[in-house]
Amino acid sequence: MSDIAIRTEGASKLYRIGPRERYKTLRESLAGALRVPLRTVRPAMLGKLHEMDGEHSDDNVIWALKDVSFEVKRGEVVGIIGRNGAGKSTLLKILSRITEPTKGYAEIFGRVGSLLEVGTGFHPELTGRENIYLNGAILGMKKAEIKHKFDEIVAFAEVDRFIDTPVKHYSSGMQMRLAFAVAAHLEPEILLIDEVLAVGDAAFQKKCVGKVGAVAKQGRTVLFISHNMAAISNLCPQAIMLDRGQVVAQGDSARVIASYVRSIEPEALTDLSVRKDRRGRGRVRISKLCFEDENGSPLQEGISGDSLVVVLEYQSSAKEPLRNCRVSVAFYDALWQFLFNCSTELTNPEIDSLAPQGRVRCIVPRLPLCQGRYFISPFLEVNREVEDWIQGAATVDVVDGDFFGSGKVYPWHGKGVLVPHHWLVDKPE
Amino acid sequence: MSGVLSGPAETSKIIVRPSRGWVALKLRDLWEYRELLYFLVWRDIKVRYKQTVLGAVWAIIQPFFTMIVFSVFLGHLAKVPSDGLPYPVFAYCALLPWQLFAHALAESGNSLVANQHLITKVYFPRLIIPLSAVLAGLADFGFAFLVLLGMIFYYGIVPGAALIALPLLIMFAILTALAVGLWLSALNVQYRDVRYTIPFLVQFWLFATPVAYPSSLIPESWRALYGVNPMAGVVEGFRWSLLGTGKQPGSLFVVSVLVSVILLGGGLYYFRRVEKTFADVV
Repeated sequence: MSDIAIRTEGASKLYRIGPRERYKTLRESLAGALRVPLRTVRPAMLGKLHEMDGEHSDDNVIWALKDVSFEVKRGEVVGIIGRNGAGKSTLLKILSRITEPTKGYAEIFGRVGSLLEVGTGFHPELTGRENIYLNGAILGMKKAEIKHKFDEIVAFAEVDRFIDTPVKHYSSGMQMRLAFAVAAHLEPEILLIDEVLAVGDAAFQKKCVGKVGAVAKQGRTVLFISHNMAAISNLCPQAIMLDRGQVVAQGDSARVIASYVRSIEPEALTDLSVRKDRRGRGRVRISKLCFEDENGSPLQEGISGDSLVVVLEYQSSAKEPLRNCRVSVAFYDALWQFLFNCSTELTNPEIDSLAPQGRVRCIVPRLPLCQGRYFISPFLEVNREVEDWIQGAATVDVVDGDFFGSGKVYPWHGKGVLVPHHWLVDKPE
Repeated sequence: MSGVLSGPAETSKIIVRPSRGWVALKLRDLWEYRELLYFLVWRDIKVRYKQTVLGAVWAIIQPFFTMIVFSVFLGHLAKVPSDGLPYPVFAYCALLPWQLFAHALAESGNSLVANQHLITKVYFPRLIIPLSAVLAGLADFGFAFLVLLGMIFYYGIVPGAALIALPLLIMFAILTALAVGLWLSALNVQYRDVRYTIPFLVQFWLFATPVAYPSSLIPESWRALYGVNPMAGVVEGFRWSLLGTGKQPGSLFVVSVLVSVILLGGGLYYFRRVEKTFADVV
């Protein structure tokens, strides 16, 4: 028996892209068949994308994964990192057999459980009890196994009073807890997890990270995708970094994370209008994020203890003022650890309508950041619907300043935030 | 590809690679996932009648009222022959497998698209999805069947020895429905037009099936050809088994079974060939 849990050899996945390539109408296939009898329609019907290479220019295809080869030993916990679109999710989809590789192969030794989403297959009309069984079966658990763990799952989710209520009456937090509770009790030999931790509130995320840590300690093999570098460095001794579908770094996670942090900085500085990795409905778009000082002069970097004004410009095609608005900017450190969030909701609840186009300014009077590089994620909500949310829309470099007004600088660069404080002591006689 | 969920003691090995040429049907994989099939069927049945006032009574209302309309307009006014049987029970007995078939067509055709959130997030044999859509129709069939038993009793019909063939005939109805369902569900992932053709197809197919009229209206020499519609064989088989007509369906039935087997084999093959792209295309 080998001690390998997962081995991939040249795994590659080709996707066709373009606006009308997702699915087609019969008419298009028939028309294509008339033009090029059999040659077009047959591969399309059989889904053999690679056979169509010759007929489509390279603009229409994208290698989501290209020649990915690696080995994961039994019991290893490996983080997979990379930018959006680097191929992380495609890799997990291939390993969990949701989609086939176009070329290459993967061998997996052991029972696989994949958690690409929390609550897959939840049905709003069914009760909590019924959904536990359904969701458990979908994740690959046996009925007897679910029955055995049922009480534990309910206790973990803290929903015992509502267990026979349809989940459509649950709050979103309760649904999330129930869904995660089911997933957390899946006990495969190999666990594949994708971004599950990106949802939910901070307490919930902590619970999830704790659970992944516990699974890892039991000697299971875990492959873990996350954007949270702190979680990766805490949980995974090993990491693999993907970029444009290829493995670019692999090994000790501290080293891989360091090269990832170096590589993402350029993208974070790109023009916001070309950023595609944004969430929200998009009827209002944040078009620019820049920094000023209190007098409105542009700033290239922040200074600890000085004021920093984050300026957001936004655009929309609306003619009317935007109602029920909420704007926030969240700050993260270089490892993507969340630091703090500045939100109109907290400080200026009276701001509830905005001009359809314009600027908003967030003034941080004494910047509580020490020397280092930080990521900023702006968020804009109208009428309780997220319109735009760009993770890491900008980076800001902060340099030492006289935050404490004592002439002393905070010596632990890149670690923690600065808190105004003072001391009172008993003076010697 | 071996089963993922084999016992914890043995370590299974899974190989993920592009599949080419003739693909194995992986029926063993399907067996491994039988509990998921059970839960999906159970979900479909449960969800269908939640929040309806009449619940499962709907399963009876539909064939029963169709039977009344047929009896009044076709049986009574148009004097459509019914092979010497009372027209209401003649029509109702055919409506049962027909409803199972029509339901399966409507549900399985769109089933993969309706369950795309599962297909893109978890692995399981995709065959389970259209299969569960077809099997969920059995609950309705069961309720409506009770009414048929009542009618058989009311009209004093004695089924006879052919009754033992009934389980096989129900299986035949399910497999025929599955055969067409597989084609439609897989085609609908690639070509969304299919969804719009299904209501039309069901209507057209009803006229081509001897539900409201007996197949004996078809000239003897053409009857075997008529069996190319496998539902003709299913419907006549049901009447033969349950209503004790004593007339064996003959060549029509044999042709129907053959066509059904070919459709099913082709459907399974086509489904398996395109299955691997569902998660990318859907």
